[in-house]
Amino acid sequence: MTRDTRAHPYTPARAAPEQSSDEAALVRRLKAGDEAAFEQLILSASPRLLALARRMMSREEDARDAVQDAFLSAFKSIDRFDGRSQLTTWLHRITVNACLMKRRSQRRRPERSIEDLLPQFLDDGHHRSPARPWKTPPADSLEQAETLDLVRARIDELPEPYREIIILRDIEELDTDETASLLDLSAAAVKTRLHRARQALRTLLDPHFAEEQP
Amino acid sequence: MTNHHDITCRELAEFIADYLDHTLPADIAREFDRHLAVCPSCVAYIESYKQTIRLGKAAFAQAEAPADASAPQAILNAVRAARKSAR
Ligand SMILES: [Zn+2]
Repeated sequence: MTRDTRAHPYTPARAAPEQSSDEAALVRRLKAGDEAAFEQLILSASPRLLALARRMMSREEDARDAVQDAFLSAFKSIDRFDGRSQLTTWLHRITVNACLMKRRSQRRRPERSIEDLLPQFLDDGHHRSPARPWKTPPADSLEQAETLDLVRARIDELPEPYREIIILRDIEELDTDETASLLDLSAAAVKTRLHRARQALRTLLDPHFAEEQP
Repeated sequence: MTNHHDITCRELAEFIADYLDHTLPADIAREFDRHLAVCPSCVAYIESYKQTIRLGKAAFAQAEAPADASAPQAILNAVRAARKSAR
């Protein structure tokens, strides 16, 4: 399992404004409607935004559309960019929003009920069926790739609000408050939903990872 | 084996995220540990919950697709076309 080393996209938003003079100049040109500046920004920012959109969208085509939508709305609202965060941070946030909107607008297959995916208990509070330990993940890289494909497929099976929260909190590693503001939820609701989402994903993965009954 | 004033597996399951974040009040965290000491099912559950988080992160860390050199230009062209037709 490789630890993801990509830079945290949102960290600069909470840090003191540290706009380089290059960036300040670019922002001035963008606000003045300089087409060449827009195009330069698209070419330089696209790879990272596309990587983000690929994590959020299941299909490559949708990821590209979402990034395109994000640039269009960024250019429309560049006047509202106040320079308190970095331009890349601001674009990341707009891209997350574009992905969320795109996913929600897509007709999806009927979703499973979250209740069916939560752990079941007896009246006395014990597990209905005792949890079994999981096998350690494969070390072989080919098997590992298959395992991770399977995990992505199971994440895709989660009801959308639960898939969203896993992506934002556990994958993109946004903090609770940032996630709450993006999803228009309270911090408490984000925590509860994330916990349910992890429990549901655990239920979906359990048949693949639990050790055989002795 | 639990008696009436100990927490149950159901109660423990509700607070796993806080337990792992170390945000549970100390007295409840101690009850948690007491329960885990006697309940292999909850130990297995917590371990698999942690593994679920790790697997999710790993699944998407690997999804960093190889850079497609033509993608930025394709996006630029699409944005240009969309802006032109919006005018
Ligand atoms: Zn238990």
